Amino acid sequence: MSAVLSGHGLGLAFGPTTVLHDVDIALDPGEIVAVLGASGSGKSTLLHVLAGLLRPDAGSVELDGRRIDHLADRERSELRLRRFGFVFQLGDLVPELTVVENVELPLRLTGVARRLARSQAMEILADLAVADVAARRVNEVSGGQAQRAAVARALVHRPAVVLADEPTGSLDTVTGELVLEAFVRAARAVGTAVLLVTHEARVASWASREVQLRDGCVVAPATTS
Amino acid sequence: MTVPMAILAFLEDRPAHGFALKQRYDGLLGHERELKSGQVYSTLARLERDGLTRGVEIERGEGPDRRVYAITDSGVAELEHWLRTPHAANARPTELFTKVVLALVSGREAGPLLEEQRAVYLKRMRQLTAARHDGDVVDRLAGDYEIAHLEADLRWIELAAARMSDVASRIHGRAEGMP
Repeated sequence: MSAVLSGHGLGLAFGPTTVLHDVDIALDPGEIVAVLGASGSGKSTLLHVLAGLLRPDAGSVELDGRRIDHLADRERSELRLRRFGFVFQLGDLVPELTVVENVELPLRLTGVARRLARSQAMEILADLAVADVAARRVNEVSGGQAQRAAVARALVHRPAVVLADEPTGSLDTVTGELVLEAFVRAARAVGTAVLLVTHEARVASWASREVQLRDGCVVAPATTS
Repeated sequence: MTVPMAILAFLEDRPAHGFALKQRYDGLLGHERELKSGQVYSTLARLERDGLTRGVEIERGEGPDRRVYAITDSGVAELEHWLRTPHAANARPTELFTKVVLALVSGREAGPLLEEQRAVYLKRMRQLTAARHDGDVVDRLAGDYEIAHLEADLRWIELAAARMSDVASRIHGRAEGMP
């Protein structure tokens, strides 16, 4: 199978600090991959580079075999909107909107009719057990509910790729599993590829394989045959 | 210890013969390790000898006759006592801890063995996660227990790896000081 998203020889430095060094990574459709590593190992930066939010100093990023890292900002935004879903550590929901309005945003921005967008958003909020707070504003819900809303927004438009940074970070074990189940469902049903940044082995065990980062480099996995 | 207590609990729920007890044990608590019939009958004999159960009737069927057991008042008290006595925290370092120390003592690196152990634990965790929808809710609870323990072991491996150079210098400092 050919990769939906891949990074080749990715390198990035902030001033004198090398954050990523010669990182190769590829995601097949429907695959869930965990990126593991200690704080400061470059996990979140890798996610931002793959998302096109940071331009790498070296290497390239390809979506469906087409290079995207050197596209103009407008084109990259368009791709992000249609083909990607994001869950970032500090759920960047729009505070002026309600939970459900946030979730339906990717659909509305790509021209999906209001009623259809609403019903799809409500469906996924229900999967994540937060349908009951759908009408509340983001600042009126708990951190865990906001995080699940962010997950719902990342999945609602059935993206090709979801990039998720510690998506269960502020959730208890049981609620965290609702999120992971939602990723598995998206991977199976729609073929969404999920890249899951985590420092928790429990979360990584939901992935079919893991990529370990240490000081910005990919560490060869230990063999377990 | 848990087999006699399981039998007492099943019998407090309702009187039963040995084979039914074995089936119930395997269904609820077996988890890849079934109870041997011999162990059921020897346990039943011991429990009866100690006055915790008694034979109440002989069930006659197509096969050989089956003795049906019930729990006694002392049996109920014994089970109650066991259930309500918390067991002592017993998280003693395991073989992996010993291996790490001995690897360092013998002048080897402990990093590779930690990394290999980590891969084995993570693989098992992945199997348990993948099988989460296979059994019923009781199987799931058993799987969750194992996952939580693997998680603790993996966290320890992470800490051990991070502290390895300090631990190594301490071990060698101590060894040199010995007569």
